[in-house]
Amino acid sequence: LSYSADTVEDEMEMATVRHRPEALELLEAQSKFTKKELQILYRGFKNECPSGVVNEETFKEIYSQFFPQGDSTTYAHFLFNAFDTDHNGSVSFEDFVMGLSTLLRGTVQEKLNWAFNLYDINKDGYITKEEMLDIMKAIYDMMGKCTYPVLKEDAPRQHVETFFQKMDKNKDGVVTIDEFIESCQK
Amino acid sequence: MAAGVAAWLPFARAAAIGWMPVANCPMPLAPAEKNKRQDELIILNVSGRRFQTWRTTLERYPDTLLGSTEKEFFFNEDTKEYFFDRDPEVFRCILNFYRTGKLHYPRYECISAYDEELAFYGILPEIIGDCCYEEYKDRKRENAERLMDDNDSENNQEGSMPSLSFRQTMWRAFENPHTSTLALVFYYVTGFFIAVSVITNVVETVPCGTVPGSKELPCGERYAVAFFCLDTACVMIFTVEYLLRLFAAPSRYRFIRSVMSIIDVVAIMPYYIGLVMTNNEDVSGAFVTLRVFRVFRIFKFSRHSQGLRILGYTLKSCASELGFLLFSLTMAIIIFATVMFYAEKGSSASKFTSIPASFWYTIVTMTTLGYGDMVPKTIAGKIFGSICSLSGVLVIALPVPVIVSNFSRIYHQNQRADKRRAQKKARLARIRVAKTGSSNAYLHSKRNGLLNEALELTGSTEEEQHMTKGTSLIESQHHHLLHCLEKTTGLSYLVDDPLLSVRTSTIKNHEFIDEQLFEQNCMESSMQNYPSSRSPSLSSHAGLSTSCCSRRHKKSSHLPNSSVPATRLRSMQELSTIHIQCSEQPSLTTSRSSLNMKSDDGLRPNCKAAQITTAIISIPTPPALTPEGESRPGPGSPGPAALPSSANIVKVSAL
Repeated sequence: LSYSADTVEDEMEMATVRHRPEALELLEAQSKFTKKELQILYRGFKNECPSGVVNEETFKEIYSQFFPQGDSTTYAHFLFNAFDTDHNGSVSFEDFVMGLSTLLRGTVQEKLNWAFNLYDINKDGYITKEEMLDIMKAIYDMMGKCTYPVLKEDAPRQHVETFFQKMDKNKDGVVTIDEFIESCQK
Repeated sequence: MAAGVAAWLPFARAAAIGWMPVANCPMPLAPAEKNKRQDELIILNVSGRRFQTWRTTLERYPDTLLGSTEKEFFFNEDTKEYFFDRDPEVFRCILNFYRTGKLHYPRYECISAYDEELAFYGILPEIIGDCCYEEYKDRKRENAERLMDDNDSENNQEGSMPSLSFRQTMWRAFENPHTSTLALVFYYVTGFFIAVSVITNVVETVPCGTVPGSKELPCGERYAVAFFCLDTACVMIFTVEYLLRLFAAPSRYRFIRSVMSIIDVVAIMPYYIGLVMTNNEDVSGAFVTLRVFRVFRIFKFSRHSQGLRILGYTLKSCASELGFLLFSLTMAIIIFATVMFYAEKGSSASKFTSIPASFWYTIVTMTTLGYGDMVPKTIAGKIFGSICSLSGVLVIALPVPVIVSNFSRIYHQNQRADKRRAQKKARLARIRVAKTGSSNAYLHSKRNGLLNEALELTGSTEEEQHMTKGTSLIESQHHHLLHCLEKTTGLSYLVDDPLLSVRTSTIKNHEFIDEQLFEQNCMESSMQNYPSSRSPSLSSHAGLSTSCCSRRHKKSSHLPNSSVPATRLRSMQELSTIHIQCSEQPSLTTSRSSLNMKSDDGLRPNCKAAQITTAIISIPTPPALTPEGESRPGPGSPGPAALPSSANIVKVSAL
């Protein structure tokens, strides 16, 4: 049994982060969305996250609602890191819009860049087999336990092996951005 | 500047004319009234209730939502007003803040709802005025405690998931008798033996009737053997229990120092010491004293009774009040004892022989016991005696309510925690049911979707549309997402419902076959496989969806396969055809299933940042665009087409 002591806890964490996005015109210029589209996007964003930023916990929660049977926290973590371009631990509306702009309206090159960025967990410019394996495991985790056929222990690894072989042209154990783009565009 | 002060500024400036006669230097020029733009009324439409205020009022606080350009995101061009889909009641308080400069917290409002609104409008809660700040803080703290309790109990439940070692299971069984039947049995057995032991101790001393030829004996000596056996049995049980607890304790050192273990030891030690000691006359006196400690066994009941534990905790937490009580009593006793002693010194044969002797009188009088074995005889003594008894009542009565209220608070807190835990179990069960409902819905739709494809091949599109009409757009998009995941990993979701599983067994085979083919295809070292899965995927979104769309292609390529067992070559050809098409239009997919197509376009904003998925993104669009999007085979600019279909997303607050 633990009882909360009745001490004066007025120093409660007022850790409220508030973020205001750039003006509408500025964002319109920077991204490939129109004003109306940005309005729509922002309303939705703000509704879910009134404080103006998404932190990783919220992101994971939201994402886990889509995959109730599995564990999507690992993948949400990677996705979050891909969106959080300035790596400050929270995704602001600008990050969100820029990410979406790349993904929906960007050129193929840009999109591939984004994908590479997602896969490159430590953002060092190379995708190693371990990184790909982590992503793959995270994806498999989202499926959960009740699957058919039953998830084999090495299914992610095999999956990775197959794809990695195709991508890694010079067989140096890592996939660079050029190899990635090249193999995707072929 | 606060609103109130600003209103007085013109008056202060007018009154400054009075300084002019005595001014040493000429007055500075007045700041020119800049041609400020006409202050305009802006309309704030909050969930239908229209508030109007001046623009300048809002601009008083430029670091909030309403005071900055952030509100432009909510501007509705058609009605020329700012629309917020939020609570109008709370908005009243928010707007009053802009008007008066003071933020109030309405008591009837839920604290977390209010906090959310404040966060939305970008207002820090610190600004709440003094009149309402304390209330706000109190409610917030209560809420935080409640959440903490919930989290704690949640963690406790989750802790049971990982498999525990034998030692850990034993410890948990000891601490929480409700975890297993064995623990419960153990709990009751020990309780029973504690009761037996205490009763034995008591009955031992009762005089039991006379043995002819000797004086009356207490039962203990008459039936010495029986009592000895009972005692032995109890002590054995207690010893075993203590040793087991010692073994199971996670930190033995801490366990030994804990109060309960000390009580345990004290309860069983007298027996062992009695065994060890011989029936020596010298030490038998000490031995008898030791027997007193056997009564401590009654404290072992505190493991069984929560109320006792609460009482103990209360006393511990009220240590300062108790200390104060003791201290003030001691002071009063000393004072009155001294006074009584000197007052009664004169009277003959007085019992007040010394000050310490008078202590007894003072204590008995102050606690209003009044045994009457010591009474003052002089008049002065009687006067001071009465003062003593009156003050005694006061001194004792003062700290008691504090102790009582502490006990009450802790007790109620405990009750509330138990009640919340019980409620939480029921709530979680209901939530789980709802969740499985949604995943079942997915499997239902999957079944429908695959039937669609079968139908599609036979060319009957009406039935297919009929099937898909049942689910809403959001649902179908969510299902599509889950389906993509299945395709990525090559696994498919299992379902609990037996009825459904019969139906889905056919689907599972289908899925499995799909994957087999896919695996085989993979083994083909053709590069075409991979890029065809990559490039079109990039039309939508990265990560999951890349594989998602790769699957979509596989799926569409397998459609012919499902109905006709295709050769690998054929599937390869399919893939290459699709691949070629895709390289021309990297942003399009050529999936044939209408379900897929619609979801693809609409899914793009959805899949991405989950934030947006649950938002209303609806703008009126000409419906003509949607069918266009569906059947669009040729290269269209994906941009404008994408948005209108995304515009048809309907808001659901929770999936």
